[in-house]
Amino acid sequence: MEQVIAKETQTAGPSIGIPRKKKRKLTKDHLLVLAFITPSILFITVFVYGFIGWTGYVSLSNWNSLVPDFSYAGLKNYQFLFNDFRFQADLRNTLIFTVLFIGASIVTGQFLAVLLDQKIKGESLFRNIFFFPMALSFVVTGVVWQWLLNPSTGVNLFMKKIGLDSRWYTDTNILAGFQWGKIEFGIPVAIIAVVIAAVWQMTGFSVAMYLAGLRGIPDEVREAARMDGASEFQIYRKIILPLLRPITVSVVIIMAHISLKIFDLIYAMTGSGANFVTDVPGVYMFETTFRGNYYANGAAIAIIMLISVAIFIVPYLISSRKGES
Amino acid sequence: MAIKTLAKPLLYLLLIGLSLLFLMPVYVMIVTSLKPLDQVTLSEMWKLPATLDFSSYATAFSKLAPNLLNSFYLVIPATILSALLGSLNGYVLSKWKFKGADTVFTLILFGMFIPYQSILIPMIQFLREIGLYNTITGLVFVHVVYGIPITTLMFRNFYAGIPDEMIESAKIDGAGFLRIFRYIIIPLSITGFVVVAIWQFTNIWNEFLFAVTITTSSQQPIMVALQNLSGSQIVQWNVQMAGALLAALPTLLVYIFLGKFFVRGLLAGSVKG
Repeated sequence: MEQVIAKETQTAGPSIGIPRKKKRKLTKDHLLVLAFITPSILFITVFVYGFIGWTGYVSLSNWNSLVPDFSYAGLKNYQFLFNDFRFQADLRNTLIFTVLFIGASIVTGQFLAVLLDQKIKGESLFRNIFFFPMALSFVVTGVVWQWLLNPSTGVNLFMKKIGLDSRWYTDTNILAGFQWGKIEFGIPVAIIAVVIAAVWQMTGFSVAMYLAGLRGIPDEVREAARMDGASEFQIYRKIILPLLRPITVSVVIIMAHISLKIFDLIYAMTGSGANFVTDVPGVYMFETTFRGNYYANGAAIAIIMLISVAIFIVPYLISSRKGES
Repeated sequence: MAIKTLAKPLLYLLLIGLSLLFLMPVYVMIVTSLKPLDQVTLSEMWKLPATLDFSSYATAFSKLAPNLLNSFYLVIPATILSALLGSLNGYVLSKWKFKGADTVFTLILFGMFIPYQSILIPMIQFLREIGLYNTITGLVFVHVVYGIPITTLMFRNFYAGIPDEMIESAKIDGAGFLRIFRYIIIPLSITGFVVVAIWQFTNIWNEFLFAVTITTSSQQPIMVALQNLSGSQIVQWNVQMAGALLAALPTLLVYIFLGKFFVRGLLAGSVKG
């Protein structure tokens, strides 16, 4: 450090010619900065913001066949969707899926992280076991869990022995259901099967986050609490878990945006399901656009998905930017 | 202390039980894939195979091999290009902040959270226009473009750890933008490149939505082919499980050997990093 400072005073001192030289070099560097960053800014402007605008434009058009038709349709496509049995089911499923998925991720994430944080032997082995599903594709997870939770095989072979027989993702029952619009609102039993698969794959993320959080809490905090006679359980409940709250916020936001746009897991594992009990906007958008050629309807679904994600992400981005400066 | 000594065995028991639960799908996958089709009866899916039979791997491999190759053609250039772009952006946005640089960064970052459905229709039209629809090159392009936010974020956070004094003193010694990048930043970013490359490799390999909408039949990457395998009329579970294992193998191997870097990338993806 001292050396650096010495160098600075040495080189900054001698001649008056330096400022001019520096200025010329700065402009050259400025150009280079511009050359480095401009392509990416252009890409993002066109392919993110421009294309979102284009999708928005399509969603307001009459393009619901193979032939593009950009005549203005107003909100017709949105009106159609909100009155559509399938889309109403999608809204219900997404809501239930998101709530269950986030809840389960937080609980298992915290639980496993606390277990791993007990200075145990073989921690890295256990950690790797809980993390590895994240390296898998949702498609692989879907294929495997489709079999594990197949009503006539898999987990059910054990459950039947103890008198339980679940129909998993083929179940069309809606728990706590009541009529809402065209659909029965409630918890579709079939969604639970998908949540299990999703949690298996993604828990590692929340474990990693909570573990990093736990490691960030200085030992003195625990020591001090122990000195005051708090039990280990009390320390976790009263001190550690509240300190992890910012992590929970991050986990909720990341998991929410994953679950709101989920497509591949459900597409590979169950598809829409009977009565659309496991359908989600991602699957509907894909099928109606690329299998049915209802481009304007598909675009409208995409825009609704985007808005639902933005509700979580925009405040998060703004607040993490503020936190930085 | 007495409670602690009692609790330890219980803790291990719990951890081992949970680990087995997490590994259960892998067990079923491996066991099933090693059985001949006539042994894949539903009621015996948990049992070990009577004899080892690798024919389902042969079948799965012969069906998936072209798509595995497609995936490598896709993932390798896409990973390299997006890591390079991310490094350029990260360098500028951390060490050469211009007015509004933080706003630009936030606007770039938003791109990594959008549901890709919201750009898919125009993207396909665009790829058709420039003749890249239904090509691996088209997919590479798409992954490089939508990889910009995450790679920029990772490199920016990584470069934030390089002290500004180092850059300042290099400037005073007369080094400019390019020389600093070449002789200070690049040599210090090996870990950064490893983390980003592993992250991009895994994500692009596993990606499905772009793959299934932008390519058809012979151009399709592995995940689409795997999904198609399960769509065929008679479900051959042993072949499917063998296929799933083959498709997962590259990313699993990366995880097994370089898992530490994978988790670092994972945490970096949560913005605050």
